[in-house]
Amino acid sequence: MSTAVLPYTVKPHPMTGLYSGKFGTWLFLASEVMLFGALFSSYVLLRVGAPATGPTAWPSHEETHLSWKIGGFNTLVLIVSSVTMVMAWASLKMGDFAKGRGYLIATFLLATTFLVVKLVFEYVPKFTHQPHPYLPSTNNFFALYYTMTGLHGLHVVGGMIVIGYFIGPGAALWKRDPEYFTNRIECTGLYWHFVDLVWIFLFPVLYLM
Amino acid sequence: MSGKHPHSDHRGHHDLHGGGQHHELGFWRKWVFSTDHKMIGVQYAVTALVFLFFGFSLIMMMRWQLANPNKPIPVIGKVMAGWGDWGETYMPGGAMTPDLYNSFGAMHGTIMVFLGIVPLIVGGFGNFVMPLQIGAPDMAFPKINMMSYWVYFVGGVVMLASFFVPGGAANSGWTSYAPLSVTATQGQTWWLVGMVCLITSSLLGSMNFIVTIVQLRAKGLTMFRLPFFVWAQFVTSFLLLLAFPPLEAAGILQLMDRVAGTSFFMPEGLVISGQQLVQGREITGGGSPLLWQHLFWFLAHPEVYVLILPGMGIVAEIIANNTRKPLWGYRALVYSSIFLGFMSFIVWAHHMFMTGMGTKISAFFATTTMIISIPSVVILTALVISLHNGSIRFTVPMLFALAFLPMFAIGGLTGLPLGLPVPDIHLHDTYYVIGHFHYVVAPGTIFAVFAGIYFWFPKVTGRKMNDLLGQVHFWFSFIFINITFAPMFWQGLGGMLRRGFDPTAYAYNEPLMGLVRMSSWGAWLLGLAQIPFIINFFVSIFAGQKVSDNPWEATTLEWSAPSPPPHGNFLTEPVVYRGPYEYSVPGARRDFLPQFAAAEA
Repeated sequence: MSTAVLPYTVKPHPMTGLYSGKFGTWLFLASEVMLFGALFSSYVLLRVGAPATGPTAWPSHEETHLSWKIGGFNTLVLIVSSVTMVMAWASLKMGDFAKGRGYLIATFLLATTFLVVKLVFEYVPKFTHQPHPYLPSTNNFFALYYTMTGLHGLHVVGGMIVIGYFIGPGAALWKRDPEYFTNRIECTGLYWHFVDLVWIFLFPVLYLM
Repeated sequence: MSGKHPHSDHRGHHDLHGGGQHHELGFWRKWVFSTDHKMIGVQYAVTALVFLFFGFSLIMMMRWQLANPNKPIPVIGKVMAGWGDWGETYMPGGAMTPDLYNSFGAMHGTIMVFLGIVPLIVGGFGNFVMPLQIGAPDMAFPKINMMSYWVYFVGGVVMLASFFVPGGAANSGWTSYAPLSVTATQGQTWWLVGMVCLITSSLLGSMNFIVTIVQLRAKGLTMFRLPFFVWAQFVTSFLLLLAFPPLEAAGILQLMDRVAGTSFFMPEGLVISGQQLVQGREITGGGSPLLWQHLFWFLAHPEVYVLILPGMGIVAEIIANNTRKPLWGYRALVYSSIFLGFMSFIVWAHHMFMTGMGTKISAFFATTTMIISIPSVVILTALVISLHNGSIRFTVPMLFALAFLPMFAIGGLTGLPLGLPVPDIHLHDTYYVIGHFHYVVAPGTIFAVFAGIYFWFPKVTGRKMNDLLGQVHFWFSFIFINITFAPMFWQGLGGMLRRGFDPTAYAYNEPLMGLVRMSSWGAWLLGLAQIPFIINFFVSIFAGQKVSDNPWEATTLEWSAPSPPPHGNFLTEPVVYRGPYEYSVPGARRDFLPQFAAAEA
C-alpha cells in the first residue's frame, strides 16, 4: 500500500531548491504583483489623462491633504516590522522559539500601529472633514487613494491574521516539527515583505508626487 | 542525501496526512470537503457540466427570441410566465423581454467561460488527470485545492442568485463594458462579487498546478518526458496566475464605481438618454471607459488560450493513443505552447480596434496578433501530421479529437480578418465574431472536453461509456453544431449585430432571417443530441462495461494506477523510463511501450 505523504513539504526539491510552500508563495506574490501592477497602471493612466484645468483636473499637492509626516512615520513602522519579521525567522532557524515568538509579537504590534495610525490620523479625519468630507467620490485622486491604501490595508490585516495564528494556535506545530514551522514563518515573511514593498511604492506615489 | 532517489529520501519525513488512508474517511470528508485531487476533479467536472448545460439552456431560449421575435416561447415560456412577479416582469405571456434577453446574454457568456469550460477543463481534467500523469500522490497543496473548489462553488451560487435580485442578473454583456455596466441594475454588483470569487479560485488552483508539476514529478519523469497535456496545463496555469489579477483589480475598481461613487470608468459630462448623469448621486467624472476595456481584455485574451490549450492537450493525448504513433513534433508542440502563452499577454487590444485608440497602437496589436497565429498553426499542423500513416482506431474519444482539428482550424482562420483593423471595421460586433469564437470554444474546446470525458471515464469509474450512444452523440453533435455556427459567418457578413434583441427591427436583416432560424434549429437539435450523452454518462457509472486499468493500451502514467485509483494513487512508487508516446516502437513485442514499464528483454 502506498502512502499519500507528499514529498518536499519541508525539504527543498533538488531541482528548484525550494520546498513546495515557498515555491507556492513566490507564485502567489507574482500574481499579487499583477494585481497591484494593474492598480498602479490605472493610476498612471488616469493621472496622465486628467485635464490641466477644470473640475476633473488632478489635485495639487496641497489639495490632497496628505501629510508626508504621517505617511513617513507609517513607512518607518512597516520597515521596522519587516526587520522584526526576519529576526523571528532567524531566531527560529537557530532553534530559539521564545525569541522567535517575541519577534512575531513585535511584528504584529507594529502592524497594529500602522493600521491605527492610518485609521485615526488619516481615514477618520478625512471622512469627517468639515464642511466637505474627502470621500472616494470626491475626485479620482481620493478614489485611487482609498482603493489602493484600502486594498493594501486588507493585505496588512491578512498578514496579521496569519502572524496571529502562528503566535497562537499555529505555534503547536513547533513542537511536532520545528523545521516545518520555521518554513511557514519564512513564507509568512516573504508575504510580509511584499506588503511592505507595496507600501514603499504607495508612499511616494500618493504622498510625495 | 544522494538526491538520486528524492522521493524515497523525503517520504515519511513528515506525515502530513497523519496516515489518512488507514482509516475510512467520513461522508463529509470523503464526498464533500475532500482534499483528494481525484474527488475534487470530479466535483469540479460535475459542477461545471451542470453549469455548461444551464448556460446552454439560456441560449436555447434566446435563440427562440431571435428566430421568432416577440413570440411566446413554447412550454418553458408558459412555465416561467407563471413564476409570480418575476414571470410578469420578464416573461409576460411567455415572451422574453429585452431586459431578460440582455441578462441571459451576459450570463450565457459568463457562465460558459468562467463557470463552465475553465473549471471543467482546468479544475476537472487538470485536477484529476495531471497528478496521475506525473506520478504524484496528490496535488502539492491538497487543502488549498479543496478551498479552490469551494470558492468557485460560492462564486457560482452568487451568479445564480443574481437572477432573482431586483432588475435581474447582470445585463451589460459578459465583457461588462463601462459606463453601461456602472449604471446597470443591481445584478452587476453581484456579478462583480461572483467574479472576485471565481478569480480567487483560479489563482489558488493555478499556483497549486505549477508547484505540483515542477515539484512532484515521479522519478525519471523529466520535463521533456511529460505528456503534452501536462505541458498544456502548465502554460495555462501561468496564464491564469498572471492574467486574472488585473481583472480582479478592474472588478474592484468597478465595484468602487458602483458602490462608493467613484469615477474610475465614468467620463466627465456623461449623458445617458438625453440626461446628464445623476443616478441618485453626482459623479465627478474624469474616469476612462477605455481603462476598463484594457484591464478586461488583458485577462480575457489570455483567457482564450486558457480555454483552448488544455483542449489541445487532451486532443494530443488521444491522437497519439489512437494513431498508435508518437506525436509528430513533440518539442515543437511544447515550445509553441510556451510561445503562445507569452504572446497571449500582448495581443489584448485587438479587441479594441473600434475604440479609436489610434492607428499606431492598432498596428502594433494587429502585428502581434498575426504573430500569435503562428504557434497555433504549428500546434494544429503537428497534430494533423501525427495522423499521417497511423493505423487509426476510430474510438469515440478519437472521433471527437479528429473533429476538433478542422473545427479549431475554422475558428482560428476566421479570426485572422478580425485581427486586422480594416476588415474588423465591418465585422466588429456582428455575428461573424460570434461564429468565430464559438468555432474555437464550442466544436473546438467542448469537443475536446467530450473526447476527454470518453477517454478518461474508465480511469475515474473503472467502467467504459457505451460506444453506440457515444457515436450517436458524436455524429448528431457534429452535424448540428455546424448548422448552428456556420450560418453566423454569413449573418455577420450581412451586417447583423451580435447583441440585437430583435433582428427584424432592422430591414437589412430581413434576407438573413432564414439563416437565423437555421442557427436556432441547429442549437435546439444540438440540445437534443446531448440526451444520449447524459444517459450514457449516468448509466455507465453504474452499469458500464467493466474494463482493465489500461483499456486504451496507452503509455502514460495514469494508466498504471488502478481504476479508480485509490487514495495516494499508485500501488507502488511510479518510475518513468522513457518519453510519453512510445507507440509502435520497431522491434517491440507490443505496439506500445508504457512510460512506467521497465525495458523489455
